[in-house]
Amino acid sequence: MKLQRIRALINKELIRLIREPANLFMVLVFPLILTMAFGFAFGAFGSNSDVQYKVGIVDNDVTDWSEWFQGNVTNMQALSIFNYEDKDAAYNDLKTGKLSAFIIIPKGFGASIENFRKDPQSISGNEVVLELALDKGSMIVEGIIPPFIQRSLTSTIFGEKALSPPSPVSIGTPMFVDPIKLTQFDFMMPGVFSFAAIFLTMIVAQVLTEERSMGILSRISTTPTTSEEIYVSLICSNLIIGTIQVLMILGASYLLGFRPQTELFGYSLVIISVLLVVIANVGFGLIIAAIAKTSSSATGLAFIFILPQMFLGSFIPVSSESVSKLVPTFYATETIKNLFLRGAETTSTSVQLSILILIFYALVVGGIGVFIFNKFGKK
Amino acid sequence: MINRKAIEIIHLMKRFDNITAVNDLNLEIYSGEVFGLLGPNGAGKTTIIKILSGLEKPTEGYAQIDGFDVNRQINRIHELIGVCPQQPAYYKYMTGRENIKMYGELHCLNSNLIENRTRTLIENIGLTEAADRKTDGYSGGMVRRLNLAMALIHDPKFIFLDEPTVAMDPQSRRATWGFIRDFKKQDKTVILTTHYIEEAEELADRVGIIDHGKLIELGVPKALIEKYRVKNLEEVFIELTGRKIREEI
Repeated sequence: MKLQRIRALINKELIRLIREPANLFMVLVFPLILTMAFGFAFGAFGSNSDVQYKVGIVDNDVTDWSEWFQGNVTNMQALSIFNYEDKDAAYNDLKTGKLSAFIIIPKGFGASIENFRKDPQSISGNEVVLELALDKGSMIVEGIIPPFIQRSLTSTIFGEKALSPPSPVSIGTPMFVDPIKLTQFDFMMPGVFSFAAIFLTMIVAQVLTEERSMGILSRISTTPTTSEEIYVSLICSNLIIGTIQVLMILGASYLLGFRPQTELFGYSLVIISVLLVVIANVGFGLIIAAIAKTSSSATGLAFIFILPQMFLGSFIPVSSESVSKLVPTFYATETIKNLFLRGAETTSTSVQLSILILIFYALVVGGIGVFIFNKFGKK
Repeated sequence: MINRKAIEIIHLMKRFDNITAVNDLNLEIYSGEVFGLLGPNGAGKTTIIKILSGLEKPTEGYAQIDGFDVNRQINRIHELIGVCPQQPAYYKYMTGRENIKMYGELHCLNSNLIENRTRTLIENIGLTEAADRKTDGYSGGMVRRLNLAMALIHDPKFIFLDEPTVAMDPQSRRATWGFIRDFKKQDKTVILTTHYIEEAEELADRVGIIDHGKLIELGVPKALIEKYRVKNLEEVFIELTGRKIREEI
C-alpha cells in the first residue's frame, strides 16, 4: 500500500464533500441544524428559568375568602394564573392546550370557611367542593398541580403557620448546591452524535454507484492502485468526516448549553465510538453499492440500514431495548449517555463493553461490506 | 522503430454467458507500433482492451504486455499502461488540473513531476484557460481531451485508446491525431480502437479487423487496400464485415 495513493483518494473525497452541496448538507449541515432545532425545541434555551404551569380560575363565589385563596394560588411560583368568567371558556382553553388546569371556586366557598372558622366542629353540612380540571395528557401536571392547590387551600383556611406546625426537630441552614439540570435536549444529544454518522451509509453508496456507472472505478483499476488502497482511503476519508461531525455537533451543543460530564479521555472514547459506527456504516454503504444499479436506487436502498439505526439507536426513545441491541448506533448512544450524562468512568464495564461490541460491529459489517462489494459491486 | 513483440495475445477467449465476445484471438503487436483495432459495434474491441488492462479476466488463453502476463502480473502491467476509456471517466466536482494531477498521484509520481507534466499536458490539449474550472462545465470535446490527458500523466509505455475521438470537433480530432503521431515518435506502443476508418488509415501502422470476436483480417492499411482492390480502408472494412447495422452486446 502506498500512502501517496491513499492520500490522493482521501483528498478527492474531501474535495467532493466541500464542492457537492447535497453531500455537504447531508453530512455536515443537517446534523448541525438538527442540533440547533433540538436545542430550541427541547429546552437548551431557558432551561435555567423556572417552568410555569398555566392555571385558570373561575370564581363563582367572589368573596374576600375566594380572593385570598386566589392570592395564595398566585403566590405559587410554579403556577401562572388566568381568571375566567365561566367554566366553558376555561374548559375550551384546557381542551386546546392553552391551560394545564383550571379551578372552579364554588358559591358558598367563603361562607363555608367562615362557618368553619367560627365553629371548627361544624364541618358537616358546610363543606363545598372545589372543582379541579387537569390536562390528562400530562403526567407532570397531574403530579404537580393538586399539591399546589391543596397547599394554597390550607394556607387560606388555617393561615401560613399551619404549613409549619411546631416540631422538636428543625431544619438547619440549607447548603446551596448548583444542581445538574438535565433537559430533554441533554437526553437527546447523545443520539444526535450517532444519528449524524448513519447517513454516511447513503453517501458511501451514492458515491460508489456513481463512480462505478461513470467508469471511474474501472479507470482507477487500470492504475497501480490496489483494492486495499481504495477501501482504506474510503474508510479514512469517512473517519475524517465522522470526526468533523462529532466536533461540530459537540461545539454547537455546547453553545446551546449541553455540558458533558466527562474528562478528556471520555471525549476521546465518544469520538472513538462514533468512528466505529462510521466504519460499520461504510460497510453498510458498500453492501448497498453492491446491490444498487444507480445512485438514485442506492439512495432509496440506504434507508434499509438508516431507518433501524435511526429509530432504534439514536435520539428516539425506544420501548424495546432488546431489539435496539441489534443496531450499532445503540451502543454508541449508550456509551455517549454513560460518559456525557451519567458521568461514568471511562474504565466502567458498561462503557468498555459497548466499545468492544462496536469494534466487533465495525470489523464484521465493514468486512462483509468490503467482501460483497469486491465480489459483486465493482462492475 | 518497429522491432520486437510488445504485446502478445495467444488463443484469447472471453465468454459472457452465451455470448463469445473474443473468440480464439491470436495477435502480436510490436514495440513502437500504432495498431488500429477495427470492428463493427459489439465486435469485441473494448473487451480486448479491458482484458489487456486487467478489467476482465480471459475465459481461456492469455496475453502478455512487455513480457508480463495479464493473468498473473497485472500490477506490473498497470505501471506501464495508460488507458483512455471510451466513456470519459473523471470527477465532475474537480477541476481539469486536479483530475490530471490525481492520476499522477495514483502512479506515485513525485510532486514536481506531476506539476510539470500536468502543465505541459494542459497546454497540449488546449485546456489552459479552463484547467482550473470544475469539469462539470466542460464541453464534450474538452472532456474527451481531458480523458486523454489523464491517461498520459505517467508517460506510459503502452497506450490504449478506446474510441478517443468520438464526439470531438474536427479541431480536437486533428489535435488528438497529432498526439498519436507524437506517441509514435516517442516509440510508444499504441492500440487504437475506432469507428472512424479514415482515422485508422491515417494513423495506424497496421490494423486488425475483428468481427464476432474473431480476427478476420490483419495487415498494413495500404496493403489491405491493394489486396481487396478497393479505394480505401473503409471499403475493405465493409467488404469484410458486411453492410448490416450492428448493435452493442
